[in-house]
Amino acid sequence: MSTPSVNRESGLSRTAAMAVMLLLAVYFLLPIYFLIVAATKPQGDLASTNGLTFSHFDLFDNLRVLFTRSDGIFGRWAVNTVLYAVLGAAVGTMISALCGYALAKFRFRGREFLFSVILGGVLVPTTALALPLFLLFSATGIVNTYFAVFLPSIVSPFGVYLARIFANAAVPQELIESARLDGAGEFRTFFSVAFKLMTPALVTIFLFQFVAIWNNFFLPMVMLQKESLFPITLGLYQWNGQTARAPLLQESVITGSLVSIVPVIVVFVLLQRFWRTGLAAGSLK
Amino acid sequence: MTDTATRAARVVASTGARRRPGGGPRAGTITAFVTPFFLPFVLFYLVPVGYALWQSFLAVRRTGGQYGTSYTTFGGFEQYEKVFQNTEFWSSIGRIALFGIVQVPVMLFVALIMALLLDTPLLKLKSVFRITAFMPYAVPGVIAAIMWSYLYSPQLSPLVELLNAIGLRPDFLGPGAVLWSAANVSTWLWTGYNMLIMFSALQSIPQELYEAAKLDGASNWTIAWRIKVPIIAPSIVLTTVFSIIGTLQLYAEPAVLRQISSNISSTFTPNMLAYAVASGNNYQQAAAISVVIAVITFVLSFGFMRLTSKKAGL
Repeated sequence: MSTPSVNRESGLSRTAAMAVMLLLAVYFLLPIYFLIVAATKPQGDLASTNGLTFSHFDLFDNLRVLFTRSDGIFGRWAVNTVLYAVLGAAVGTMISALCGYALAKFRFRGREFLFSVILGGVLVPTTALALPLFLLFSATGIVNTYFAVFLPSIVSPFGVYLARIFANAAVPQELIESARLDGAGEFRTFFSVAFKLMTPALVTIFLFQFVAIWNNFFLPMVMLQKESLFPITLGLYQWNGQTARAPLLQESVITGSLVSIVPVIVVFVLLQRFWRTGLAAGSLK
Repeated sequence: MTDTATRAARVVASTGARRRPGGGPRAGTITAFVTPFFLPFVLFYLVPVGYALWQSFLAVRRTGGQYGTSYTTFGGFEQYEKVFQNTEFWSSIGRIALFGIVQVPVMLFVALIMALLLDTPLLKLKSVFRITAFMPYAVPGVIAAIMWSYLYSPQLSPLVELLNAIGLRPDFLGPGAVLWSAANVSTWLWTGYNMLIMFSALQSIPQELYEAAKLDGASNWTIAWRIKVPIIAPSIVLTTVFSIIGTLQLYAEPAVLRQISSNISSTFTPNMLAYAVASGNNYQQAAAISVVIAVITFVLSFGFMRLTSKKAGL
């Protein structure tokens, strides 16, 4: 076998591989780049100038309009989103961790059954739950309140599944036994020993649940009529539907979209190693 | 105060009263760990599923003609018969099937190619490519659809402008194209996520597995298709099942495109139909539709897992 032909082959493959990846990178970046450009333009330039080139730089004015429109409702939506997605994911991670740890480390009757029921929950699509939940919540008067979105959001069967895998992998049984011998109660053992060992895993669970809540558009749409309770997604959806009557809203929809995705993208990129551990565990059988 | 509590706990623990003979914690302690998750799980997962099932077997009837009072009664499979006779239901299923048959394989093929390329020594800037592909995962479906709808809009889109300049007249929102415009939003959103699942699986394969093949002179291409792909098959199955579930739940993306295109009806996808029916206060019918969608989802995802695990002899 001659070496030059191998080199030529790999040189060609290198170029082809690079070309494919560059093309795909352009595809993934294009809408985000468009959004950045559009968010810096005055409304009038959206239609009259090329969408991929900057024109008059009006970003700060657009931001001012965005945050003052309708008595600053966008800021309200941002706070709501943090409440639903960040607080919801934090509470959800905590309860998933407790349950997953118990399923991994305690032996008790019905454990496997409990785990199977929870695993079955992973396959139940959250959109299928939204309509029956709406009926149940309207009977109890929870509909159109924070709790209508917050309470269902804290439940993540996938989080329990991950927590069980991670607890098994990260917390050695001997450590639990020795904590017990020292006389520590089970909760104390969990919070002082297991919690620290599971922290990277808990970040992963938190991220997954955050995305699930951040992405769940159907639930708030079904549950909420009061604008002041909306998360950002529902608010922008509503504004977007009004642009035919109020074209000036377009610029706020664009700027609002950018403002809401930038912090999430930044956090995701900073925490990307946690994604990979989670995705690897998720694909194990 | 905490000190007293722990000391007390220690005393109790040392007498052995807190422990079962097997050495594990008491039933009460286990309940305390499990309940904070399990109670909301029952209330917000299991109860709604049961409630939807129950609702789907009810029917609303009227006493004495059009102006009579209505009452709810047991209707048997009446609601399900109505679902199966509903042409809008079948056209939404047909649409979503067409969507899934094309979009899911295309997306997963692109994801697989990217994962395989990122796993070879051929590329530079690997982490840049990985992050770029994963970025859309941070964008919720609604916002992704809003971004793309500007790129589809005939008045504002730089893409349309570009294509016009070379003599093409694309209509991304036309009756034939709008389904594929929605499919593109899903592909943009989920390719990187699926790629990362496959890539993580590739990374966990020990390098020694390839050494023998390399010594035998196998090309990167052969190693990729003959060794790597079969090993990560379970991940590919998993991403397929996730994608099937996601496709059947489609709501946000077509709902946003509907705001700018008259070619998306209010019953475009099964979920949009369920919502439209529920908005008309026909909750029993909406519940039956939700149940049918959930059953189809279960059957398809389990069926696919069965089929592939039999084929692979797992």
